[in-house]
Amino acid sequence: MPASVLWAVDLFGRVYTLSTAGQYWELCKDTQLEFKRVSAATQCCWGIACDNQVYLYMCASDVSIRCREEAYENQRWNPMGGFCEKLLPSDRWPWSDVSGLQHRPLDGVALPSPYWEWESDWYVDENFGGEPTEKGGWTYAIDFPATYTRDKRWNSCVRRRKWIRYRRYKSRDAWAKIPSKDDLKDLPDPFNDLSVGGWEITEEPVGRLSVWAVSLQGKVWYREDVSHSNPEGSSWSLVDTPGEAVQISCGPHDLLWVTLWEGQALVREGINRNNPKGSSWSIVEPPGSENGIMHVSAGVSVVWAVTKDRKVWFRRGVNSHNPCGTSWIEMVGEMTMVNVGLNDQVWGIGSEERAVYFRQGVTPSELSGKTWKAIVAGRESDRSHSGSSSSLLSAGCFFGDEVKGGSESAPSDTDAAAEVERPRPEWSAPEEPLDNSRDPKDSAALGPETGGTAECASENLCPDAGAREAAQASVGSARPLPASAAAELPWTSIDLKEPRKIPSHSAAGFAETTSHSSLGLLPLGLDEPYGADDHPLWAWVSGGGCAVEAGSMLKWFTVQSGLSPSVQTLSLSISPAQTATWRKQIFQQLTERTKRELENFRHYEQAVEQSVWVKTGTLQWWCDWKPHKWVDVRVALEQFTGHDGARDSILFVYYIVHEEKKYFHVFLNEVTVLVPVLNEAKHSFALYTPERTRQRWPVRLAATTEQDMNDWLALLSLSCCESRKIHGRPSPQAVWSVTCKGDIFVSEPSPDLEAQDHLLPCDQMFWRQMGGHLRVVEANSRGVVWGIGYDHTAWVYTGGYGGGCVQGLASSTSNIYTQSDVKSVCIYENQRWNPVTGYTSRGLPTDRYMWSDASGLQECTKASTKPPSLQWTWVSDWYVDFSVPGGTDQEGWQYASDFPASYHGYKTMKDFVRRRCWARKCKLVTNGPWLEVAPIALGDVSIIPESPENPEGDGRGHNIALWAVSDKGDVLCRLGVSELNPVGSSWLHIGTDQPFASVSIGACYQVWAVARDGSAFYRGSVSPSQPAVSCPVTGDCWYHIPSPPKQRLMQVSVGQTSVYALDENGNLWYRGGVTPSYPQGSSWEHVSNNVRRVSVGPLDQVWVIANKVQGTHGLSRGTVCRRTGVQPREPKGQGWDYGIGGGWDHISVRANATRASRNVSQEQKAHGPVSC
Amino acid sequence: MTDDKDVLRDVWFGRIPTCFTLYQDEITEREAEPYYLLLPRVSYLTLVTDKVKKHFQKVMRQEDISEIWFEYEGTPLKWHYPIGLLFDLLASSSALPWNIIVHFKSFPEKDLLHCPSKDAIEAHFMSCVKEADALKHKSQVINEMQKKDHKQLWMGLQNDRFDQFWAINRKLMEYPAEENGFRYIPFRIYQTTTERPFIQKLFRPVAADGQLQTLGDLLREVCPSVMAPEDGERKNQVMIHGIEPMLETPLQWLSEHLSYPDNFLHISIIPQPTD
Repeated sequence: MPASVLWAVDLFGRVYTLSTAGQYWELCKDTQLEFKRVSAATQCCWGIACDNQVYLYMCASDVSIRCREEAYENQRWNPMGGFCEKLLPSDRWPWSDVSGLQHRPLDGVALPSPYWEWESDWYVDENFGGEPTEKGGWTYAIDFPATYTRDKRWNSCVRRRKWIRYRRYKSRDAWAKIPSKDDLKDLPDPFNDLSVGGWEITEEPVGRLSVWAVSLQGKVWYREDVSHSNPEGSSWSLVDTPGEAVQISCGPHDLLWVTLWEGQALVREGINRNNPKGSSWSIVEPPGSENGIMHVSAGVSVVWAVTKDRKVWFRRGVNSHNPCGTSWIEMVGEMTMVNVGLNDQVWGIGSEERAVYFRQGVTPSELSGKTWKAIVAGRESDRSHSGSSSSLLSAGCFFGDEVKGGSESAPSDTDAAAEVERPRPEWSAPEEPLDNSRDPKDSAALGPETGGTAECASENLCPDAGAREAAQASVGSARPLPASAAAELPWTSIDLKEPRKIPSHSAAGFAETTSHSSLGLLPLGLDEPYGADDHPLWAWVSGGGCAVEAGSMLKWFTVQSGLSPSVQTLSLSISPAQTATWRKQIFQQLTERTKRELENFRHYEQAVEQSVWVKTGTLQWWCDWKPHKWVDVRVALEQFTGHDGARDSILFVYYIVHEEKKYFHVFLNEVTVLVPVLNEAKHSFALYTPERTRQRWPVRLAATTEQDMNDWLALLSLSCCESRKIHGRPSPQAVWSVTCKGDIFVSEPSPDLEAQDHLLPCDQMFWRQMGGHLRVVEANSRGVVWGIGYDHTAWVYTGGYGGGCVQGLASSTSNIYTQSDVKSVCIYENQRWNPVTGYTSRGLPTDRYMWSDASGLQECTKASTKPPSLQWTWVSDWYVDFSVPGGTDQEGWQYASDFPASYHGYKTMKDFVRRRCWARKCKLVTNGPWLEVAPIALGDVSIIPESPENPEGDGRGHNIALWAVSDKGDVLCRLGVSELNPVGSSWLHIGTDQPFASVSIGACYQVWAVARDGSAFYRGSVSPSQPAVSCPVTGDCWYHIPSPPKQRLMQVSVGQTSVYALDENGNLWYRGGVTPSYPQGSSWEHVSNNVRRVSVGPLDQVWVIANKVQGTHGLSRGTVCRRTGVQPREPKGQGWDYGIGGGWDHISVRANATRASRNVSQEQKAHGPVSC
Repeated sequence: MTDDKDVLRDVWFGRIPTCFTLYQDEITEREAEPYYLLLPRVSYLTLVTDKVKKHFQKVMRQEDISEIWFEYEGTPLKWHYPIGLLFDLLASSSALPWNIIVHFKSFPEKDLLHCPSKDAIEAHFMSCVKEADALKHKSQVINEMQKKDHKQLWMGLQNDRFDQFWAINRKLMEYPAEENGFRYIPFRIYQTTTERPFIQKLFRPVAADGQLQTLGDLLREVCPSVMAPEDGERKNQVMIHGIEPMLETPLQWLSEHLSYPDNFLHISIIPQPTD
């Protein structure tokens, strides 16, 4: 979980952020302005400053926000001068937009605001529908407007070409004023409140926001078109309200609540992905008639409110279908405002002492949480307050409605006379639900406790500042609250969800008053001076960008002195974790001890002779012949120790078939892989040997519990590793692969794996499992390994081993971290049209299930569909997936003439069936040797393969080129990646004209990429020193490479010199004609079909995942295959060698540069078309 | 060595080269040759000296043989202390191999427990493991184990099977994720200079302020005399498994990695060798 930040504004209008990983409030980088409101999202924060203008603060990011401007140049042919700019009077403008209706000269295209800059000059787009035009970008047609083609024909009378230019948003980590020039007439009055949200309504990339504002006159405004590429939005539009609004709150999804002047709340109905502004208002009455609502805050499925008497309320039963909810529940605490952030977590500002409180214990099952806890994080620096008196006026002015008598608090702020460090009490829940007739026991209990608070206040005095002597006096004079006053405290908690466990608390809890004093202990009374010391007084808080998950460890609530060792190991540095001196010293001393005590005495007899050890147990075994079912078996693992100390083991499986006792055995030194196979019901694993790999017929065993399975897996894999003498972290040359379940496997390449003759057959490779869950893993021979999860999170390998189900001795203790992944489970709702009732869920008898999987063969209902295995838990409800290929209508339906057919997103006359995809997110939490690389989510990654002959870069600090494609399609280059720092430092964004899908960098810095539209690109002149671009203006550009005819490419992989690409139909292509002088090559040459992933290594070895491979006993989908016969003069190879299979999804051989025979590499040097 | 797991291996496979000699006053039929053996540091003397016993019995008359016991430089060796501890405490500064005298007569009743059979060792070992888990987990882990798991721990030790032992023992070394360590650290501190056999107290791995306690913290608390005065140099060595961990080493880490198979940290305090 990467760190995110909580935003807050203090009474002086200064904006601070508090990181979930930090313990100090940090002053916002741009301090030019004072603010009265902020509303944060993950990537930005909107605010209203004291000048009543709206500002946007975009957080710095490695990926720039860029927006493409287009203009078309139109020409008509005439007999005199050929194609020229002279058009007919009826024609369009010579320079126009795509429709031809708007005049659009290149120099007339202006930047939308001062915060944008042009990235380059205008240039002609040579790309036409995925094909290069190679004719100056001209496309031809008979007339305007018509269908344009690449080729000029006899009847081509007009032509046009597209000019493009990118502009980039340049304001980062700074407040940028939202331009309001065109809104002047509509905006006579300044804004009073503002709220951002709605980022979960659509699947659009991060950046689409619903920005709502309320003006001083009580009108509600919506900012149009706020999106990733247009962070400022375009204009304000008025949304009519039935009353005068004073405050507004927009949840992350479809909730929008507004506070009215009269004290009711307005709830927006009808907000959905097609209509983010909603359609109508409903009114929700306040909890009580005498005290209206003052403030509301909406989350995904909660609404919190504060009434005018500062009481806090929780709205029960709020969700997308019922945005109004059902009833109010009063909560403990008095707040001036509350704010609901990510994951429905809640923050508030205490009404008296102005501390920021965090609601602890908010979980999906208990949305109201458990208790308020004050955030006591200090500010990063003890900022001098001397300059703040000037801002005081504005503060007093703009927070007038919140600061009770600004004159009372403000002067004492600057005086700094009495600087009492306030105790930050935890507001625990009351002992039992109190009603209006308060329990006398409580008020009696409060008296002595109050005295205790005063004491602790003086103890907590901050010793650092000089002018603190006076403080002692003021503490002495601070009146302890009389017991009678305490009895009058207005807390009437009827919060049914609050825990009721502590009836003895007030009676017995005196000893712990400092940490457990309750709300009533806060000194009341406005005559008490406000301390303007190092505890800020807060005015506003926004958690819209702050991701706190249940169980995350926050350091906000204690003032910590130093880092404990456990904290150090959790820090995100990937540098070797074992750096503590004491640890190194123990390692060293143990080595010395062994030397001292054993070196000269090895000829001594061992006291204990090693014997055979047997572990027995009961498992279930899949009997693959009649009766084809799981049968109970007894298993025994026998371990021997040879004279050389090597272990060898045999697994015996005893079973009974037809009342006949039988057994079979497996030598563990022959086992090539153990694969956990988890599904809804069984904890099972598959065991392969080379023979069983060829047969596609593993031994399948199941245990009754997950723990039991893990024990066996750990023991068996340890035995396998021991018999092969494999121990510890994989070598830098290791071959990595991933199964379709996200399990990660690694294999140590033997030198004869890539030999010329006497190849080691692929099916003899031994794979061992690494903990974690990934979709993609890529490595290079310097030990840099990166992975990408199903949720596109990027991970870097930490150097550990084990984790996940590989526990115990087979796992390292350090460098193993928690890893989570999220994926969606999809089911389909199918309907058939009939003339009477239209589309219904009643199909023909021959039809598929009305709720099914994608194929229609399996029935899958919302209720019956479970997460993929017991490791996964649901984290969302079912929702309609609009992002399916082919497009959908507004309700998510896709139409077709019949099942199964190709679906399209609109209804035609011929369509009689329709379907829509429902998705539900599930999450897995595991652990493994991986650390997250925040914050950019990736789609593909490639690390430069380094050949062993490569003379340069012997230093471990030498830079390693790593390229990636973000999940949005941006091409990125990672800076600062080295053997010592595999995570690198930052991303450099490389501009493209369209979203990309795959990228690969070869050993000689040849970068190839594939765009989402299936076209290929080559990036010129990438060099070690300048990994990305050499010249920023003209740039070394992407050369568009035509795809193989009628094929859309999907993936590309570049080795030493070979370039291979894969298309959507499973065809593997080799790029022919690649020479040092012409690195783009000349043509695609077909190599094979039936391929779904390719990896080309530093020896130009070609490995793939094949779709279906036939074995003697079965068919195996997703099989690791190596191309045989690949030689410098025959880079396409001759045939395939089949390895492990049955659900493999990904392989990377790009780290394996070890080759057995020396003369081979020399031969390659002599003849290979090396383009370095 | 790069990983903490390797420490477990090194600790387990620690061996002390030992030379067993028969006590001079024992009556033999012919001269007894010394017997050389690599003793596992983590095991118990009477558990691994069957060969020694057989070797010397060959030269003795049947009627002169009674319970075997061992002695080093006049000190009877307690079989119920792990071998590594005995060596660190009594012999760490002397030259290798370790010269142990074998006795068959005059059993020192006041110094040693009788060891009638391996069952006695097993009972002692298991009671230590249980006591340690009582300190670490309020006995929850050991009580949840099955009888066969207990047996596997013992058999692992007896047969010197690291994997077999640790397959079970790792469960005893786990602690809840929300805690920073065990409830209390099972440790025993031995000093040759005192009459008291060892010091054992309740000590938590994490201080009240959340800081991890170190070896130094432990010593300061339970036997302050060991710690050097502020100015002077330390007069003692603090030894576990033949090495001297730095006093900054977190106790929890030590407990997880340098405990003996009985799950106790056996810490020897011995005088600084003078040379």
